[in-house]
Amino acid sequence: MSAAIEVRGLVKTYGPLAAVDHIEFTVESGSVYAFLGPNGAGKTTTTEILEGLRRRTEGEVRVLGLDPWKQGYALHQRIGVIPQDFRFFEKITPKEGIEYYASLFGTHPDPQELLQRVDLGDKSNSRFDTLSGGQKQKLGLALALTNNPEVCFLDEPTTGLDPQARRSIWEVIRTLRREGRTVFLTTHYLEEAELLADQVGIIHHGKIIASGTPGEIIRAHGRAERLVFEAPAALGSYLRSNLGTAVEIHDGRVEVPLESNRDALRVLSAVESSGIAWQGFTTKRDTLEDVFVRMVGPMDEGALKSETPA
Amino acid sequence: MNPRRIFADLKVVVRSYLRNPVALFFSLIFPIILIALFGTIFSAGGSGAVPLAVENLDHNSPTSVAFLAALNNTSLVKVTLVNYPVASFSSQLGDNGYSVGLLIPAGFQANYTNRTPVDLTLFTNPENGAAAGQAEGAVSGIANGFNLRAVCGGGSCAPVIQVPPSKNIGSQVYTYIDYLIPGLIGFSILTSPMFSMVDIASSYRKEGIFRELSLTPLTKSEWLLSRISWYVVLTFITAAIMIGAGVGLFGAHVEITLGLVPYLIVGPFLFVALGMLAGTVARTPESAALIGNIITFPMMFLSGTFFAVSMFPSGLQVVAHVLPLYYVIDGMDQVMLFSNTTRALFDVGVVAILAVIVFALAVRFFQWRDVE
Ligand SMILES: Nc1ncnc2c1ncn2[C@@H]1O[C@H](COP(=O)(O)OP(=O)(O)OP(=O)(O)O)[C@@H](O)[C@H]1O
Ligand SMILES: [Mg+2]
Repeated sequence: MSAAIEVRGLVKTYGPLAAVDHIEFTVESGSVYAFLGPNGAGKTTTTEILEGLRRRTEGEVRVLGLDPWKQGYALHQRIGVIPQDFRFFEKITPKEGIEYYASLFGTHPDPQELLQRVDLGDKSNSRFDTLSGGQKQKLGLALALTNNPEVCFLDEPTTGLDPQARRSIWEVIRTLRREGRTVFLTTHYLEEAELLADQVGIIHHGKIIASGTPGEIIRAHGRAERLVFEAPAALGSYLRSNLGTAVEIHDGRVEVPLESNRDALRVLSAVESSGIAWQGFTTKRDTLEDVFVRMVGPMDEGALKSETPA
Repeated sequence: MNPRRIFADLKVVVRSYLRNPVALFFSLIFPIILIALFGTIFSAGGSGAVPLAVENLDHNSPTSVAFLAALNNTSLVKVTLVNYPVASFSSQLGDNGYSVGLLIPAGFQANYTNRTPVDLTLFTNPENGAAAGQAEGAVSGIANGFNLRAVCGGGSCAPVIQVPPSKNIGSQVYTYIDYLIPGLIGFSILTSPMFSMVDIASSYRKEGIFRELSLTPLTKSEWLLSRISWYVVLTFITAAIMIGAGVGLFGAHVEITLGLVPYLIVGPFLFVALGMLAGTVARTPESAALIGNIITFPMMFLSGTFFAVSMFPSGLQVVAHVLPLYYVIDGMDQVMLFSNTTRALFDVGVVAILAVIVFALAVRFFQWRDVE
């Protein structure tokens, strides 16, 4: 597998602000890369540098082997972009928009089929200014596909969409991957990253603070797996003194971190020998969300909150 | 440069335009309003003194000066001294917008004193009977008065100053409305692309439409050419409406020839590119509008749009000659009114060269993407 996107030591400053601060990552061709981060983390800045829309301050960037700023014209024939806050000519319909882009690129997609693919078939003849936010976003996606791109850049394609619309975009992204295209996706939604991405990069204050597959990130940054008992606090105190581990006692819950799987047997036999009655137990491991909350901050209905000022 | 892409973009431009009924209505009705408004205000005529061009070949002799002063006092005519070549006096009248002219011959005072009959030559335009009658009445009235006062050797003597029936002026008379048509066509060639391109340059940037387009193979010059094509089409429509309204409502005399076509192309070409350039150098929509106005307003009034430049004080005439729109309007004057091909070619050449330069500058400085 070769790299579709390579980023080394990328920096973008706005005055004293380092919007992007020495980041590195590689996106293998044919994979889906999710770029996760709260508002203002530097996702759009990075994305637009990759698309050749903004000039970088420092560092090396290659997309399909091209320098996006200097070789933008050549690159743009081969990539598809849906910007955050996609806007288009107000009086033009989705079908006309697709035809327009197709003539600009010299490609021949079937507009209706392309629009159906992003679940916008029924709005193909409605003017852009009458479309809802989500429908506009879908048109952006359809336009990004008119040139049959090798790499697709999707900057928050599902923000503000209802669950059904979001799922239809996910389906498009899965299809893109099946077709062997590379997808660079920025999002606030962890669920989206977990469901779609081969690799995830978490950006915070312009720096990548974690990267890898979702599993790798959890292993590297998550807490140890825990046994959780529904039991009185007395069990907690007993285990604390007998096991010497950092047992957490919550309201009617006792959580025991496990170093290894064998640890579980030791804990269970200690519980048994305590003679204290308990109702049941579960095991608990960190999700990407838990990792996130610990590394970045609290979340807001499954999405990340804004960056807190550094 | 790819015609397919220009055409694709043009389709979007035309559709956007046609789907905006208010804008469409105004751009069609506005030329008619302009013609009707200015035509009615300024060509009302009829009342008041008739402008009378006088060429005094008697070298301002006291008698001739007294005669003209008396003429002016009638309030029927307003005397303006001119200095045209005598041979072409009668045709110069029309070209300069006069419908009556008077030639005072050399030796006027000497003949008057010697009581040798002398002829005053009056030129009038039969199409403007009111002005002709008013001028004829004034001139023969004053001549009678002078004749009565002439020293006669006792008894009656033959009238000394004679006013033979007036001659027709030797060229088409151009009235205000005739000048107004090329002027107002020029006005819309300037204003409609300038104002909307300045606006587009900043609003497309703000809405990210340029950014979007930069991700397609459409080039800046293709994009600009598509806009230019659209304004050329609009200009043809506007010109047709204005000529139609001018002729239909006010009986304007303008020549409608293919010679007009180059102006209707290079004019919008120049001002679309200039509007884009103005919108590009500005950093904010407000400063874009300001720069646009600074460029547009002097041209709007000083290029011969509403009044012929030849009527301006000489200082303003100098200013007019550095304004690009002057050459557009002057060229159309030459084509539509005076059939002066040499000057028309010169004018169109000036505009074409400017258009190419401004186009190149606009393409050079206009950025699809943020550079900072
Ligand atoms: N043109 C600019 N001038 C000055 N500062 C900028 C500019 N563009 C971005 N920034 C700053 O850079 C930082 C990163 O912005 P960016 O748009 O990349 O964030 P983001 O991760 O895409 O956020 P969101 O999730 O809200 O889209 C922010 O602090 C922002 O204010
Ligand atoms: Mg963003």
